[in-house]
Amino acid sequence: MRYSGFRVLKEALTGHKGWRPVWRDPDPQPHYDIVIVGGGGHGLATAYYLARQFHQHKVAVIEKGWIGGGNVGRNTTIIRSNYLLDGNEPFYEFSLKLWEGLEQDFNYNAMVSQRGILNLIHSDAQRDAFTRRGNAMILNGADAELLSAQQVRRTYPFLNFNDARFPIKGGLAQRRGGTVRHDAVAWGYARGADRRGVDILQNCEVTGFRIENGKCLGVETSRGFIAAGKVGVAVAGNSSRIMAKAGMRLPIESHVLQAFVSEGLKPVLPGVITFGAGHFYCSQSDKGGLVFGGDIDGYNSYAQRGNLPVIEDVAEGGMALFPGLGRVRLLRAWGGIMDMSMDGSPIIDHTPIDGLYFNGGWCYGGFKATPASGWCFAHLLATDTLHPTATAYRLDRFQRGRMIDEKGMGAQPNLH
Amino acid sequence: MIIHHPLLGPCDAQEFTYMGDARLIDRPDGMAEGSDAAFHDYAYLRENPAGEHRELWFHEQGDRSWLVVTRNTLTHEITQVELARDVARKQGRSR
Repeated sequence: MRYSGFRVLKEALTGHKGWRPVWRDPDPQPHYDIVIVGGGGHGLATAYYLARQFHQHKVAVIEKGWIGGGNVGRNTTIIRSNYLLDGNEPFYEFSLKLWEGLEQDFNYNAMVSQRGILNLIHSDAQRDAFTRRGNAMILNGADAELLSAQQVRRTYPFLNFNDARFPIKGGLAQRRGGTVRHDAVAWGYARGADRRGVDILQNCEVTGFRIENGKCLGVETSRGFIAAGKVGVAVAGNSSRIMAKAGMRLPIESHVLQAFVSEGLKPVLPGVITFGAGHFYCSQSDKGGLVFGGDIDGYNSYAQRGNLPVIEDVAEGGMALFPGLGRVRLLRAWGGIMDMSMDGSPIIDHTPIDGLYFNGGWCYGGFKATPASGWCFAHLLATDTLHPTATAYRLDRFQRGRMIDEKGMGAQPNLH
Repeated sequence: MIIHHPLLGPCDAQEFTYMGDARLIDRPDGMAEGSDAAFHDYAYLRENPAGEHRELWFHEQGDRSWLVVTRNTLTHEITQVELARDVARKQGRSR
């Protein structure tokens, strides 16, 4: 079933009786060419591109709960490609280009909205840093624009321009950045993959890997053994738990990141803004709620809920930047579990075990990367070679001194 | 979270800086054979369990002692707090 304006009209006139579930609920087959562990955004995108781009059709996605029930539905929905380092920027720009054509590509309304992202500048040193970053973005084919305080004031007159401690001196804008309806990303990829023959196996938990003579032969699951030519793991947040079943230790700690949404308001915030003097960022959803967040809590956690000190810190950042926020009531707060890697950058690579591939370590930047992560992981699984934009995301880069550390924080995951 | 400091009693976790897995106490011998691999594992690899986790907290805004806190990463419940000095000495480290 293809979606179109005509289809909506037809269903409206016939009582909406023709809509059907858009993916099947199949029983596991005994063998697949490729099994993806993890039915989140990255896993489903991987399956979609395996089928669409690399013509792999004997593919299954295994999910312990329901698809899209993890971080793809817990993030703050922002897309952007404003990175500095060579290992990162081409990859994230590839991802942003995929976002731009995504809805037509998988025929699903993901509400991709390129409303722009603005990183605010509060000091001369920060302007220098953001100028450099903007130039790095332009060199890699992305768009970047340095705005004066006057230009920022024109679009965001309600920000606190009179803050003596953190004056707004301008901003680095990426107008192609924006927001996406995150659940629809999971559903769109799931539907697209299912239509191309991928089996999506929900309520199917991986309990172990069958590994013989250094080769992975398949996965043990709560619904029995499933043999696989290749197994790709994309379970960021729980990577250490899953890979421990294959006897691996990872350069990753799991941390909780909180996010918040306010009551619904009339349109007030035209784009995404980030505070440069603290950690606070905010956008307005299409339902009207202000969606915002800040730092991770900073200690290992698998709890999907955080503590009050970080909520206070985020609120302080918000009030320093956007004083009108003080009149708005908070509707919901929640937490998601992040794979925090040792340099703040992800991993898409082979593992020392033959036939087992790993995708993880997304820190709190995984959502924007979803299409490129899926494409590059599919590329790796189908061709056994790294995608040209993802050659730096190696598992052994810490051993070789090839870290991709945007913030220069070293092996201290809670500082990335 | 409240951390029951062995010397000071209950303290707000906000007074502390978090350092991670308590195995960072077990620093390998830099002069030993194959120490580059040992240091890679020490500096970069983590157990990262879901459940009980022994971890280092530094009382930065307090008495500046290092603690080994046993905490459940699924519930955030703290079950044991020791001075890192005592833990290290028990393992035969330091003087």
